[in-house]
Amino acid sequence: MNLEVSRSSTLWCRVGLARQKVFDRRRQTLFLIVFCVLCLGVILAGSAQAAVANQTNLSQRNQAPSWAHPFGTDWLGRDMLLRTWSGLSLSLRVGFLAALFSSLIGLVIGLTAATLGGAVDAFFSWWIDVFLSLPHMVVLILLAFVSGGGLNGVVISVALTHWPSLARVIRAEVYQVRSADYVQLSAKLGRSPSWIARHHILPHLWPQFLVGLILLFPHAILHEAGITFIGIGLSPHQPAIGIILAESMRHLSTGYWWLAVLPGMALLVMVKLFDILGENVRALLDPRTAQE
Amino acid sequence: MLRAERISFRYSPNRPWILRGFSLAIAPGERVGLYGPSGCGKTTFGRILAGYLQPLGGNVELDGEPLPKKSYCPVQMIFQHPELAINPRWTIGKALYEAYQPPPSLLEALSLDPHWFERFPHELSNGELQRIAVARVLDPRTRYLIADEITTMLDANTQAQLWQVLLDVAAQRRLGMLVISHDRPLLERVCTRIVDWALEAH
Repeated sequence: MNLEVSRSSTLWCRVGLARQKVFDRRRQTLFLIVFCVLCLGVILAGSAQAAVANQTNLSQRNQAPSWAHPFGTDWLGRDMLLRTWSGLSLSLRVGFLAALFSSLIGLVIGLTAATLGGAVDAFFSWWIDVFLSLPHMVVLILLAFVSGGGLNGVVISVALTHWPSLARVIRAEVYQVRSADYVQLSAKLGRSPSWIARHHILPHLWPQFLVGLILLFPHAILHEAGITFIGIGLSPHQPAIGIILAESMRHLSTGYWWLAVLPGMALLVMVKLFDILGENVRALLDPRTAQE
Repeated sequence: MLRAERISFRYSPNRPWILRGFSLAIAPGERVGLYGPSGCGKTTFGRILAGYLQPLGGNVELDGEPLPKKSYCPVQMIFQHPELAINPRWTIGKALYEAYQPPPSLLEALSLDPHWFERFPHELSNGELQRIAVARVLDPRTRYLIADEITTMLDANTQAQLWQVLLDVAAQRRLGMLVISHDRPLLERVCTRIVDWALEAH
């Protein structure tokens, strides 16, 4: 009896160990990263559906979600699943452009401030504070309006408003690493400033930059949807997710809930995918968490 | 001869002076102990002597010349906190080999396990990291060592091993050493001369 118990308990131990091995942190992290990238790739492929998504079918108007139309159809008989899919893919591309420009601005300003120091640093730090203290949405609307709306307006306004937090992180990181004992020791070991920049400082910066870039995506996409919703973003001919939501609002009161709820949920899912991706890339790049 | 001549230093104009006209000379093969209570400025002086800080008054000279700024500095410092003195994003091996290839005999004397070299600093204990940090600066070009409380946080075994190796190497190469500590018995054991901060610095 005792033997039985101990045997079965060791068996359970083994099963537990095996499960731990299959799903250790590193694999789990990699799995989540691959999963997110795959899902986002599928979303991106939605751009191929743009032509189909704009096709109207007046015999199938205002249908509730069904197997034939999982997201239902709108007042012109357009399939909402296809519309959401192509809309998300457009939002994704706009978001990528905006996030990329924004993080590049952040990188350049953060590096310049930290490297030159003194008055230049004070100047840029002041600008960072100014941008962080202004309400995001107000500046966004102003910039989008000034730059003439449309695709350019969205990209320019989102890029110009989202750099400060990344610039601040990069600046702080450069300051911190540069004053670290191991960097000063490296100079005493006869290493040149450019060698130190490449081998000591860069390995600390690029994970910050990459994770910052990934985490900027959801912001960019949400704000793109936001200003498009207000009506100064993309035009109705470019059915990004913001346009879909704005158009759907007019039909909500008539009880066609699926027009806004399902595309909205899809937008949330996409944003969450980026969030998970960012967190897991961060965990993978930090040697402290990479090997757990 | 490593000579610090009438060194004065403070961290900012509205802070009190830490050092005022402090002089010290270390000859090759000499091991000078710098003894004083915590927080009195011993580490600051060590950093000035190794060229990490520039004194506000006075100067540091190595054989009559200022310390080199760009090439390998013959005066090397070993820090109190090894976990802060090794890049957390580097492997141990990369940190160890940053300046030169330590001979196998030295690695063996410090019992550095080559299996560690693929690992990252957070996976090693402070004692292991400190042994890496010591091996890293024992380049043949090093002629003076500033050891700033390097064994304060280590257990007795590791302390004994580290000092044994350092004393051996110092004797072989006639290294000059400044040993900074508030542990008087340790200084009496490893140093040829002890300077008492309280008596000399002010």
